[in-house]
Amino acid sequence: MTLLEVQSLSKRFGGVTAVDGCSLSLDLGSITGLIGPNGSGKTTVFNLITGFLAKDAGDVRFKGQSIAGFGPNRIYGLGIGRTFQLARIFPRLTALENMLVPVRRSGFRALVSRGQWNDERTRAMDMLAAMDIASVAGLLGGSLSYGQRKLLELAAVMMAQPQLVLLDEPAGGVNPALIERIGEHIRELNRQGVTFLLVEHNMPFVMGLCQKIVVLHRGAVLAEGTPADVRGNAAVLDAYLGS
Amino acid sequence: MRSPSWIRAAKWAALVLVLAVALLFPAFESDPATVNIAVFTVMYVGLATAWNIMGGYTGYVSLGHAAFFGFGAYAFGLVLAHLGIQAGYEPFLFVPIAGVLTVVLALVIGWIALRTRAATFVIVTIAMMFMVQLLAENLVGLTGGGSGLSFPVPPWTGDFFDTPFYYAMLVMAVVSLLLSWWIRRSKFGLGLLAIRDDEDKALAVGVPAHAYKLTAFVISAGLVGMIGAVYGYYVTYIYPQYAIDPLVGISLVLMVFLGGLGTLWGPVLGAVILEPAQLWLAYNFGASLLYLVFYAAVFLVVILLLPRGIIPSVGDLLKRIAARRAVGPSDTASTSDAHTVAGVPSP
Repeated sequence: MTLLEVQSLSKRFGGVTAVDGCSLSLDLGSITGLIGPNGSGKTTVFNLITGFLAKDAGDVRFKGQSIAGFGPNRIYGLGIGRTFQLARIFPRLTALENMLVPVRRSGFRALVSRGQWNDERTRAMDMLAAMDIASVAGLLGGSLSYGQRKLLELAAVMMAQPQLVLLDEPAGGVNPALIERIGEHIRELNRQGVTFLLVEHNMPFVMGLCQKIVVLHRGAVLAEGTPADVRGNAAVLDAYLGS
Repeated sequence: MRSPSWIRAAKWAALVLVLAVALLFPAFESDPATVNIAVFTVMYVGLATAWNIMGGYTGYVSLGHAAFFGFGAYAFGLVLAHLGIQAGYEPFLFVPIAGVLTVVLALVIGWIALRTRAATFVIVTIAMMFMVQLLAENLVGLTGGGSGLSFPVPPWTGDFFDTPFYYAMLVMAVVSLLLSWWIRRSKFGLGLLAIRDDEDKALAVGVPAHAYKLTAFVISAGLVGMIGAVYGYYVTYIYPQYAIDPLVGISLVLMVFLGGLGTLWGPVLGAVILEPAQLWLAYNFGASLLYLVFYAAVFLVVILLLPRGIIPSVGDLLKRIAARRAVGPSDTASTSDAHTVAGVPSP
């Protein structure tokens, strides 16, 4: 079953066409890697899917419903979470508070009642423990190491139980041991049913983690298939190395 | 961190003491000049606290809150005149109407101004304030223009005159503080703090930032409008350039920065320090603008020595002393209580 479908999506910034008729689809429960040279439009695609940018043409469908034109907070509410390049967390909130911001509550009374409900707190602590960062729950986000921020960002995004998570360079800027751990966390969450789309430059990491790779070049899909297919594709090698 | 029980007890005791002093103040002090200073001080406690709900929690610095202050005063005066309310205690019952009208204005201004961020937002709020001031000057048929708007004059005599206003301002200050405290510990408040830290990230994790900011802005403006209403009744006569005075908007911002931006008690502390000092200067050196030089000096001190304000700086200092005194694992892994981590003592 297709969870997310991107159809002929385009985005121009002035004279530059950052995304040019990009189409891709994500199967429910899959891990898909989005790769391509710098400037090929990967992050722009992320921003279009998650509502941070308005498309110029095309459509984005989530579970069959068009979500193009929705704001980022609404898209998160529908079940699409994302992380950012360079791990963005709330620096002047504690790690635990960082976990509680994404929790969804409905109704006015839930909004004006305490920021920390016991069950939410328990769930947040469990999630932090699962990511092996429970010990920093009380520290301010800004005082955490970069690796801890990466884990915290991923953990916090999961608090609203999204069905699809877009990860922008989950392995960027962290040591090999932590890359390994982050990969394990993604696999574990995927086993629990979460679908992932990730942008990544670390090829061994992407190839080892993803069932499907989509190669973006100049804003359009150049190739897609299994890691093995893509690795052997001549056009992909050209795009990366120059012909 | 759950503070040790003696610290919590001390905080409660301090709170009760402050409230008792505030409540009994007019009974011990009958000199009208002093009570007058107290009225304005408590007024600024309310104003700074209300401003902090927007400026401190969401990080959106409005320099145009004087517009809501003056608008509240004008709205109140006009409501009293049109309904033919007699001077006395009765007008105080109509203060919330001024608040509601200010909320409506703030919805419109906020809707537009909150499409911008950071420095642009500051400039837009200043522009909005001058627009409101210009309207007050030029809608002569409604506001009386430059010749001002008069309020019914209460029948109270000299010694007692300030007392009802003191209590009205105190009620407004307490209401502002209660709202500020409630918002800060709520899920809504957590969203506001998230917006302050990183608005795009907040959007990405589902915080409806625009609605949240607008709500905070409107609550903040509504409180300021009600305080402006009481002010108008107190001074009995308002003009556009005094009711909508840019210096009011700047003073309360300075108070919040001095005491501690985004903290519950910082605005209170800032107002209690700065407003009496300003009035003291005015009384002793005539109605000169010497206090502006004083304000500039305070601003410099805050920027150079206490960039985060008194309460966070002192809080950090106390924490460092406590940590040095008792070095142990229980003191280092510590701060899961939302109300203490940002240096804000919970009441």
